[in-house]
Amino acid sequence: MKTKEPLPTPTVTIERKNLDVLFSALIKNGYNVIGPTVREGAIVYDLITASNNMPVGYTQEQNAGKYKLVKHGDQSVFGFNTAPLSWKKFLHPPTLELCHSHRDRNSVTITTPKIEPQKHAFVGVRPCDLAAISVLDKVFIASPYTDVGYQARRSDVFIVAVNCGQAAGTCFCVSMQTGPGATKGFDIALTEIIEKDRHYFVAEPGTDQGETILKSVPHKEANIYELKAAESQLENTAEQMGRKVDTTNIAELLTNNSDHARWQEVAKRCLTCGNCTMVCPTCFCSTIEDVTDLSGDNASRIRKWDSCFTLGFSYIHGGSIRSSVMSRYRQWLTHKFSSWHHQFGTSGCVGCGRCITWCPVAIDVTEELKAIRSNEQTNPSTKSTKEKQ
Amino acid sequence: MIATLEQKKNITAASADRKPVLFRISRVQKDTHDTFTIDLEPPKGGFYFEPGQFNMLYLHGVGEVPISICGDPSAHDKLIHTIRAVGTVTKAMQKLKKGDLLGVRGPFGTNWPAEESAGSDILIIAGGIGLPPLRPSIYHVLANREKYGKVVLLYGTRTPKDILYRKELEQWRARFDMEVHVTVDRAAGDWHGNVGVVTTLISRSHFDPSSTVAMLVGPEVMMRFTVLELQKRGIEPDNIYISMERNMKCGTGFCGHCQYGPTFICKDGPVYPYPAIKDVFVKREI
Repeated sequence: MKTKEPLPTPTVTIERKNLDVLFSALIKNGYNVIGPTVREGAIVYDLITASNNMPVGYTQEQNAGKYKLVKHGDQSVFGFNTAPLSWKKFLHPPTLELCHSHRDRNSVTITTPKIEPQKHAFVGVRPCDLAAISVLDKVFIASPYTDVGYQARRSDVFIVAVNCGQAAGTCFCVSMQTGPGATKGFDIALTEIIEKDRHYFVAEPGTDQGETILKSVPHKEANIYELKAAESQLENTAEQMGRKVDTTNIAELLTNNSDHARWQEVAKRCLTCGNCTMVCPTCFCSTIEDVTDLSGDNASRIRKWDSCFTLGFSYIHGGSIRSSVMSRYRQWLTHKFSSWHHQFGTSGCVGCGRCITWCPVAIDVTEELKAIRSNEQTNPSTKSTKEKQ
Repeated sequence: MIATLEQKKNITAASADRKPVLFRISRVQKDTHDTFTIDLEPPKGGFYFEPGQFNMLYLHGVGEVPISICGDPSAHDKLIHTIRAVGTVTKAMQKLKKGDLLGVRGPFGTNWPAEESAGSDILIIAGGIGLPPLRPSIYHVLANREKYGKVVLLYGTRTPKDILYRKELEQWRARFDMEVHVTVDRAAGDWHGNVGVVTTLISRSHFDPSSTVAMLVGPEVMMRFTVLELQKRGIEPDNIYISMERNMKCGTGFCGHCQYGPTFICKDGPVYPYPAIKDVFVKREI
C-alpha cells in the first residue's frame, strides 16, 4: 500500500454513537440503505435502517474453502471483510426480465419493463468491491454498447466505503492495487477506529454529495492524531495480508502459457461448480431463458447469471467448444487476469479472495498463478511475434 | 490489429438494445433439406448493414439466435437471412410462413473489407453454410466490378444436395469476369463436378497472391487448412479475413459467451483479419 499524504481537510471524525445519524441522513435523502447484515451464518448485504441491523462484534475466519462467522471481543461495526455475495447482485441482478413478448393471432408485441430509477446507498463497500464496481462500469457502460438497465441502477448509488481494518485470510488486494484503503469512487470513506475509551470513524468525503451528507451528521474536523491512526491501521492491514500475486506482465504470462501442464493439474481438482464465478464481484456473464405461459401467448426473455464453468456455456450446434474441465478453468482464469486487460483496460480481478474462500476444493488462484509463473512455458507462436517486433 | 468498431457504420433503427424490433416475413424459401431463406420487410426507414455483419433473430417464446445477413447491402428495403435448422430455435424458425413476425436486433459486428479492397483481387472461400455471410460481399464486389481485379469464388459442401444458391452460382459462373469453383466432399455417380476439400481448388484458381484479399467462412478445420494453403500460395496474413462463430446471447459484449481469446466475437468480430486471432486460431477449446 502507498502511504497517502495527510488526508485533505474536509476529513472529519464521527463518534460511534452518531453513526446512526448518518443512516437516517441517507434515508432522509431518499436512499434505500443497503449494508451488511447477519443471516444464516454469513454476512449478507441487505436493507438496513440502523447500525443495530449490522454485524456488530462479528468477524469472519476465511481461508481456502473455509468461511466462518465468529464473534470477537470488541464492538466493531465493520470487523469483518466482504460478504460472500458482492454488490454485483444489486447492479447486475442474478435474474432480470429483459423483455416480454405477447402474441395475439397474427401479431406480436414486444415490450420492455420500465426501468425504475433506484436510489440506493451502499454502506460498507470495501475498497476491493469499490474497484469491482468500477470494473463493472467499464463492462456495461460505453464498451461500446451501454446496458441501459445497469446504467439506471448505477446512476443513483451513494457509496459509503469502509477501509479495511483487518485482512481476511484470503485477501490479496495489495497485489491487485485495489486496497486496503479506498482512494476513489466513493461518496464517503470511513475508517473505523476502536481505542481503549473511544470508538469513532474517520470520514473522508469523496464527492460534494458525500460532503453534504457528512455535514448533517455530528462531526469534528479530524486532527493529525486521528488521521495518523487511520493511516497506520491501513498499513497494519496491508502487512497482515497473507496472499500475493505477482502481476508483472500477467496478461502475457497467461496467453503465453495456455498449454502449461498446470492447467491439467488444476483440472483434476476443479469440480466446475461455478461457485467462483457466482461470488466473483466482476464476473458478469449471463444467459437468456425464454419462458412462456401455458397458452404460449405470453413469453418472457429472462437474463440469468451464467458461468463459463458449465458445459452449455460454449455450446454451439455440434457440441461444446470447451468440453474439458481444463479448458473451462483456463478460460476463467485467463479471462480474469489476461483477456480483461485487452477487453476493458483493467484487470478483472480485484483481489477480494472470494473465489478462494468459496471454492469447495480450496483451489487458490494465487497459487495457480504462482505455479504457472514459476515454471513458464513459452508459446512458440507468441514468442515469434515478440521476436519480430 | 483487431478490427475495430470504427469499421461499423449505420447502426440502424433495428435496436442494438435488448428489445427486438418486429419485421414481417415477405417470403420463405427452402434452399436445401435443412436450410431455408427468409426475406423480411424492415419497418419504415429501411435496413442498413455492412457485408459480414449479423443480426440476433428472435422467435416469440422460443429464443434468439445470431444469424449472418446474406442479402444485398445496397438494397435497404429487404433483409435476408439464410438459416440452417440445427437447434431448437432454428428448427422452429423452419416452420415460419409469409406474414409471420420475427424479432430483429442488429446489425452487429465487424464487416468484410469489401470497399477497402478496391484495386485488389478478391478470393472468396466458403464451406457449407459459410456462403451466406459472404454473399453480401459478392454482391458488393459485382456491383462495383470495375473497381476490383480478378474475382474468385471457391465453394465446398459435403454433398451436392447441400449446395446453396445454385441458380446464383450458375449465373456467377456464367460471367466472364468471375471465376467460380464448386466442390463436394462426397457424391454419387450423377455428380459431374469436383470432389474433394475446398483447399484443393486454391491451386487451380487464378489470382495474384501479392494483391489478393481473401475472405473465408466455413467450419474451423476447413478455415485452418485454407489459411495454411493461402499462405503457401503467397497471400500475406494481413490480407486474409476470417469470420468466426461462437455461442452468443446478447450481441453487445455483455453475456460473455462469444469470447474468443481476448476478443468478443460479437463486437471485435465476427470478421477478423487473420493476424488478430492467429495465436488462438490453432488452439483447441479456446
